[in-house]
Amino acid sequence: MAKRVGMEVSFAVAEAAKLARSEVIAAYPITPQTHIVERLAELVADGELDAEYIPVESEHSVMSACLGSSAVGARTFTATAGQGLELMHEVLFVASSSRLPVVMAVANRAISGPLNVWGDHSDVMATRDCGWIQIFTENGQEAFDLTLCAFRIAEDHRVLFPTMVHLDGFHLSHMVEPLYPLEQAEVDAFLPPYHYPFALDPDKPVTLGAYGPPFIYTEAKKAQEVALRSTKEVILEVWREFGRRFGRHYSPVETYATEGADTLLFTMGSFSETANVAIDRLRQQGEKVGQVRLRLWRPFPFEELYQAVRKARLLIVLDRSLSVGGPGGPVCSEVKSALYHQKERPQIVSFVGGLGGRDISVADFENMVRKGQKLAAQDAGEYYEMIGVRE
Amino acid sequence: MPKKAPEELTWRDLEIGCAVLEPGSASEYKTGDWRSRQPVWDYTKCIKCGLCYTYCPDASVHQRDDGYFEANLYYCKGCSVCSQECPTSAIRMIEEGE
Repeated sequence: MAKRVGMEVSFAVAEAAKLARSEVIAAYPITPQTHIVERLAELVADGELDAEYIPVESEHSVMSACLGSSAVGARTFTATAGQGLELMHEVLFVASSSRLPVVMAVANRAISGPLNVWGDHSDVMATRDCGWIQIFTENGQEAFDLTLCAFRIAEDHRVLFPTMVHLDGFHLSHMVEPLYPLEQAEVDAFLPPYHYPFALDPDKPVTLGAYGPPFIYTEAKKAQEVALRSTKEVILEVWREFGRRFGRHYSPVETYATEGADTLLFTMGSFSETANVAIDRLRQQGEKVGQVRLRLWRPFPFEELYQAVRKARLLIVLDRSLSVGGPGGPVCSEVKSALYHQKERPQIVSFVGGLGGRDISVADFENMVRKGQKLAAQDAGEYYEMIGVRE
Repeated sequence: MPKKAPEELTWRDLEIGCAVLEPGSASEYKTGDWRSRQPVWDYTKCIKCGLCYTYCPDASVHQRDDGYFEANLYYCKGCSVCSQECPTSAIRMIEEGE
């Protein structure tokens, strides 16, 4: 085990891509992701990473280049954020339907407009249905560990799906945090070389990305849906092995202080750690509150979520994006949908906040819990509230 | 596995990512049923220059043993490019079924 170091989280993600022996990196810089690909460019230029670095002219080309390199059997990594993720939008769907295991870090950023380079989850939510495996991280260690795990998961022949590792823009990407990196030998033992079963080869021609007319498109989508849902078992297996080897354990739904809790606060990403402190404070005041954090966004962990929240009376969900003109927070909307058919389920209150880089403090989380309890007592129904908005 | 007709394939029959492992299978795809008009050659005007063969976007025009050209209607989409490009106006487009 390597010794504890202080490292910018973007650099930790780049370090993970280096230790994974990425062979192709196609990249276009965009805030707040830039430090990841900038660092990788440096590692390649300095000869520390033997990879083909393709600086392309847009994110649409980034993902297109990634598809090509993944299809010839090269381990492929990239990173993006916000508008960049949107510009590669259509190609994301081609990556997943072609089952090309590209690994991409996304430093989550608000979508324009108004123009905003700071963090929230509106970029992820706009690409929710692109068919990738999507994993949320909360701190630098997780961003490092789960980027490494992403290669192992994506490239497993029972999986073969592109995988996104989400880290909050600025709140996580630009922090210098203490973390334990891994040694090259440890990573090599954990992550076998990439082998794509249909790698493009002139001696063994195949067609990838073929046309899917009406007579076959439905079957193609069904096959993709069944395959993506079934990846959860491999994700669990990889995280279990990572835990056995390195002592750090990950689950699709993480819980904290849920034992005997009446009220649960539901969060995703780095704000979960702030919420964590609020939970501690409320517990000290005798409140029966706990926390549920969603790590695996796709495939959605229906069963794990149900088990985590079934005994609570109230679930307070924080979304860091807004489905404008829709049901409020997209995550809360999915949580409600996932629990609707269950007889035993908590009342749900939805908050939207932390938009475009606005902080949510420990005190804000404490207030959110109290406000949520009050709204629930009033039985506000479909109501959701934007927190911190000036009226 | 015995080869199924494309319309009989279930989702379980598809390769990972819908990869097509058999090379050249695009030639099985009948594009001729897109057609609403078809080309007809007037061989009294045709000078056997082969521009119709060269321009055909679907490679459906072929040369016969006597040197004249005709379209394979299994593939011809009726796009009229051959008719437009013919330097002697030897190719006329007629409505399907005319």
